[in-house]
Amino acid sequence: MANKLNMRDRYKLMTRLGWETSYQPMDKVFPYDSYEGIKIKDWDAWEDPFRMTMDAYWKYQGEKEKKLYAIMDAFSQSNGHLNISDARYVNALKLFLQGVSPLEYQAHRGFARQGRHFTGEGARVACQMQSLDELRHVQTQIHGMSHFNKYFDGFHDFAHWHDRVWYLSVPKSFFDDANTAGPFEFMVAIGFSFEYVLTNLLFVPFMSGAAYNGDMSTVSFGFSAQSDEARHMTLGLEAIRFMLEQHEDNVPIVQRWIDKWLWRGYKVLSLVSAMMDYMLPESPMSWKEAWEVYFEQNGGALFNDLARYGITVPDYAEICTKEKEHLSHQVWGILYNHTAAAAIHTWMPDDAKMNWLSEKYPDTFDKYYRPRFEYWRDQAENGNRYYSQTLPLVCQTCQIPMGFTEPDDPTQISYRVSEYNGDKYHFCSDPCKAIFDFEPEKYCHAWMPPQQIFQGNCGGEGLPAVLEHYKFNLGADNMDYVGSPDEANWNLWKGLNGSVSGDVKAS
Amino acid sequence: MSTVFLALQDVDDSRPVVEAIKKDNPSAVVESQPAMIRITAEGELVVKRETVSNESGTDWDPQDIHLILISFGGNVDEDDDYFKIFWQD
Ligand SMILES: [Fe+2]
Ligand SMILES: [Fe+2]
Ligand SMILES: [Zn+2]
Repeated sequence: MANKLNMRDRYKLMTRLGWETSYQPMDKVFPYDSYEGIKIKDWDAWEDPFRMTMDAYWKYQGEKEKKLYAIMDAFSQSNGHLNISDARYVNALKLFLQGVSPLEYQAHRGFARQGRHFTGEGARVACQMQSLDELRHVQTQIHGMSHFNKYFDGFHDFAHWHDRVWYLSVPKSFFDDANTAGPFEFMVAIGFSFEYVLTNLLFVPFMSGAAYNGDMSTVSFGFSAQSDEARHMTLGLEAIRFMLEQHEDNVPIVQRWIDKWLWRGYKVLSLVSAMMDYMLPESPMSWKEAWEVYFEQNGGALFNDLARYGITVPDYAEICTKEKEHLSHQVWGILYNHTAAAAIHTWMPDDAKMNWLSEKYPDTFDKYYRPRFEYWRDQAENGNRYYSQTLPLVCQTCQIPMGFTEPDDPTQISYRVSEYNGDKYHFCSDPCKAIFDFEPEKYCHAWMPPQQIFQGNCGGEGLPAVLEHYKFNLGADNMDYVGSPDEANWNLWKGLNGSVSGDVKAS
Repeated sequence: MSTVFLALQDVDDSRPVVEAIKKDNPSAVVESQPAMIRITAEGELVVKRETVSNESGTDWDPQDIHLILISFGGNVDEDDDYFKIFWQD
């Protein structure tokens, strides 16, 4: 023991493996980390707080994988899908696999690229390890979900869907935006906004909710991934601190990126709000409560910590505070109306769920959403289940249909417009408009699903042609949960009333 | 002073760690949630190698925290003898 190096020295020795290039000047070998305007005086000041070396990394990751796969095997062997609270729950997993797992893969690619392009080797090594983590995440998620794919619809073509289907353009465009930015902006976008805010809400309270609904497979890959994300958050924070400490000119650039990416992340998270409040049949914690703990409290502490660099909480934080009362209900309404064109099932909550929502949202649910939802439920029960047959107008920045209301008037749809090069662009909110207005030449190129459909680039005219282009199994992947093959199978397996003799997908 | 938090998986390997945390951080609040344990404290939270090793009866390396960790909020200070999270303000 006496001659063993301590953790700090070991880490330094095993990660600082770079050198000054001589055949070519350094700025030609690393050409991409200067054009964003970030000034770095001393790359050696980079310090990763987790002093993880490659040998320790393989050891711990190997052990984590063994534990995780043992749990997933046990789940499959014991037909774990029969022990979940209700088959409706599985739709949260579908949304996860379609919308989130492909982002893990995007993160893998993005960090592999930054792991090449940063001049400092400390930053490069950290990005390379993170790139491996992200590949592990997408792999374990696909593996975990493959069990559900044997028994439920809506999983089979997730990668094809991610690149084409309208609601998945929300998470996809978020990551495309990050991956087409420079390396420092990418670190704020993904290392900070995505890791700190998004993963903490998705992989902690949502996964705890998965456990609460009997899904030990998903909670295990969720927590296993989040233990890596915890390192990633630290890296994102270190990247921010490093930029702020290197030069005062970096501060306004970093502030603008923080403002932009927290809002982009917040909009992606609105899907998670619906997953938590509506798709988990048993909810241990509401979206609003999770937001208060993981964003307001934890995020607030983070901003206090960054205050000494001159970083402030984004101006729009007040909008989020107001919207936490409304977000999940409005998103669920959008998904419910457009579920004919979605590879998830939706449904109207039963009385017990509505009562839970009233209790968790005493100021808004009964006043604004219960009457609407009860009306829709009555209509469905009378055979008039409503499915929108038209394409929604979507926000040019976040790509969510324009269904959010004014922060101060929940009866008025929030709607903003900008003009650029003679064309009009539409936005759901002031921050989405501000993001566009700063870089219109970037966002005017966004791939907007409704516009693409109208231009005939998605299989042809009319909903059936588009859904065929999406490769949906019509009547199985889409529409209400009530009347779906998923419901029929579940009732059959559980011996529940209302079981109809649908064909069982896997026998 | 801001609150730090540490979320650990509710598994057997976490028990000596939670016991050690309670001993070394008397003001920490330990809360059970589905499949996880959430620990909060004002300003900082430390997990000491010696205390966990005494609790578990085997040598515990602070990096072993990665095997039970879910998430945390705070800055990290990690060394051979301890794992610490803290806010600076
Ligand atoms: Fe990940
Ligand atoms: Fe990550
Ligand atoms: Zn928007």
